[in-house]
Amino acid sequence: MPLVELRDIRKIYHLGGEEIRALDGVSLDIAEGEFCSIIGPSGSGKSTLMHILGCLDSPTSGTLKLDGLEIQNASQRQLAGIRNQKIGFVFQFFNLLPKLNVLQNVELPMVYSGFTRRQRRERALEALRQVELDNRSKHRPSQLSGGQQQRVAIARAIVNNPRLIFADEPTGNLDSHTGELILDMFRRFHREGRTIILVTHDPEIAAVTPRRIEIRDGKIAQNIDRRLAGLDRDLALAANI
Amino acid sequence: MNLLNVIATGLREIWAHKFRSLLTMLGIILGVSSLVAMSAMVKGLELGLKEGLAAMGGLEKIRVESQLDLPMHQRHLQDRVTGVTMPDVFALQQSAPLVHTVTPSVDLWGRGSRTVLAYKDKTARPFTFSGTWPSALEINEHVIEYGRMFNEVDNDLAHPVCVIGTGIRDQLFGDPDVTGQTVDPVGLTITINRQPFTIVGMFQHYEGEAARQERLARIAEQKKKSGPQRNDNPWSRAKGGNFAFRLKNNTVYIPLNTMLLNLQSGTNRMASANARLSTLYMKVKDIDLLETSLQQVRNVLMMTHGGLEDFAFRTDEDWASEITNTIRDARVSGGIIAAISLIVGGIGIANIMLASISERVREIGIRKSIGATTSDIFVQILVESVVLAMLGGLLGLGTSYALTNLVGKFAASDNSPVITLGAMAFAFAASVAVGIAAGLWPAMKASRLHPIQALKYD
Repeated sequence: MPLVELRDIRKIYHLGGEEIRALDGVSLDIAEGEFCSIIGPSGSGKSTLMHILGCLDSPTSGTLKLDGLEIQNASQRQLAGIRNQKIGFVFQFFNLLPKLNVLQNVELPMVYSGFTRRQRRERALEALRQVELDNRSKHRPSQLSGGQQQRVAIARAIVNNPRLIFADEPTGNLDSHTGELILDMFRRFHREGRTIILVTHDPEIAAVTPRRIEIRDGKIAQNIDRRLAGLDRDLALAANI
Repeated sequence: MNLLNVIATGLREIWAHKFRSLLTMLGIILGVSSLVAMSAMVKGLELGLKEGLAAMGGLEKIRVESQLDLPMHQRHLQDRVTGVTMPDVFALQQSAPLVHTVTPSVDLWGRGSRTVLAYKDKTARPFTFSGTWPSALEINEHVIEYGRMFNEVDNDLAHPVCVIGTGIRDQLFGDPDVTGQTVDPVGLTITINRQPFTIVGMFQHYEGEAARQERLARIAEQKKKSGPQRNDNPWSRAKGGNFAFRLKNNTVYIPLNTMLLNLQSGTNRMASANARLSTLYMKVKDIDLLETSLQQVRNVLMMTHGGLEDFAFRTDEDWASEITNTIRDARVSGGIIAAISLIVGGIGIANIMLASISERVREIGIRKSIGATTSDIFVQILVESVVLAMLGGLLGLGTSYALTNLVGKFAASDNSPVITLGAMAFAFAASVAVGIAAGLWPAMKASRLHPIQALKYD
């Protein structure tokens, strides 16, 4: 059973009486442990797709199954719970809270899922260790470099052990070297068995993922799995297929 | 998200904008402290008024006065009017078991009376000058400090003796607080309307609690000063403070018979045995049976007066209800003012919370994207507002002491304000309520933000 199952998803906005079909019949399966990218130019509907996949938004029609749960009709509260437990977000602009220190930022998802103070601390430090920032736990985000801030954001995304990690242009605000480090980190998480979905407009970044889903005008234009296509032996080997 | 976390987050947010938070809290601080100060002033007023009521004999005291104008339906019997007389006293003693300490009194004061007391070159005018029985002491809550009350023998033999209050002493012999010398007037002879009277006793000095403290403080202050003693405190007033106490201190009692024989002979009324009395005092045994007791007294008097209603009852009930009304009015008007300032404070909080959430749209978006529910955000904003108001409330309770003292300095000193725990608890609860009310709308607004729009917001 796939981790994510989209069937004929449509999202229609009404803007001044004009109907805008941001997503127009998207069907998609993503299996557990996949590392895939969603690519498309701006306005293609890739952000809308990510918002729906990430339970930040509900589709106008169609069905969406996540981890076996039908969620197209979930309430706001249920969606918040799913975002908290099953999904981790990494954003282009890091989106850390400036008033909290690094550790508190990483603890934040657990604050909403009812862990004790000690558990929060232990798990947050563990997540920071994974992104090699446990020595900066008392710093403020503003005292860190962009790459470090993004690593804090990644630690926050993985701290609740989500089933699915979304990264929305995670390297868009970083120089190419730092961006490469961040992508390496995602590759490592992928090898450790996490499911990661990378949203980008940059084909070069999309090239690092085994599977590439291209969105154009609200529809899936290309859905290439290079492992199956035999295009990338190394990646196929890495994924043990 | 547990409540402690939310409160910690709220405190952090408040601490991050210290000055802004303080300005916001100022409204609540002023509201709470004015509420406490207002209630303290009303409480002081209430205590002062009730002290006065108690000093005049309290609610148990009934006065029966002659009322020489008969009601309309008895006008044709006007020539048979006697007013209250001594036979009434004896009749009540025998036949009205619900009242006790029936005490006759003939007063020579008020309009038309020109009672003058003199000692050497000093003269005094009493507020109350009565010929009465020794039991007047009990009826009017008097306490002898020097000498004794005149007794039955003095009354029977119509001795020229008197008992005076401290106000009379101050006028005739000098105020010990001013002169620095205590005067024991017992044994001295003064004249009352040019007839010699020997002072056999003096009452203690009556004053309200607040006036007493102020007087002691003034004495202590004066002791520290060297040089000639003088009263240079601009806030000082006539001694005794409350009118009820001043009235009581300026009392002179002489035996009833002395009054009738020595001082009323010139007026040439009836013989003393049937003399018309000014007032008949008595006390009810049980205040709960006040109405029944009044009816009983009325029945007895109707018998002795042959059915003529030439007497009237006076109780302090009217006075007591007057006090209640005064207090209620003061409380309502003060409460409205304090409530308005609390509401203004609440509007300030609501305003700053709205500004704060529009500053933090992005933060709210981030929190929502990582799993905060609508109610998490709602509670967070609401708690922040309540914490702000509660801090303001606590600070307000602190400043209420200062404000109350300040107000007490300018307000009438015989009713100095009294801060009560109840008022403080109420004011604090009000500040919490204001915090909730002020936070509701901003919290609603913040919690309804859509996560995607909030995340895109700059």
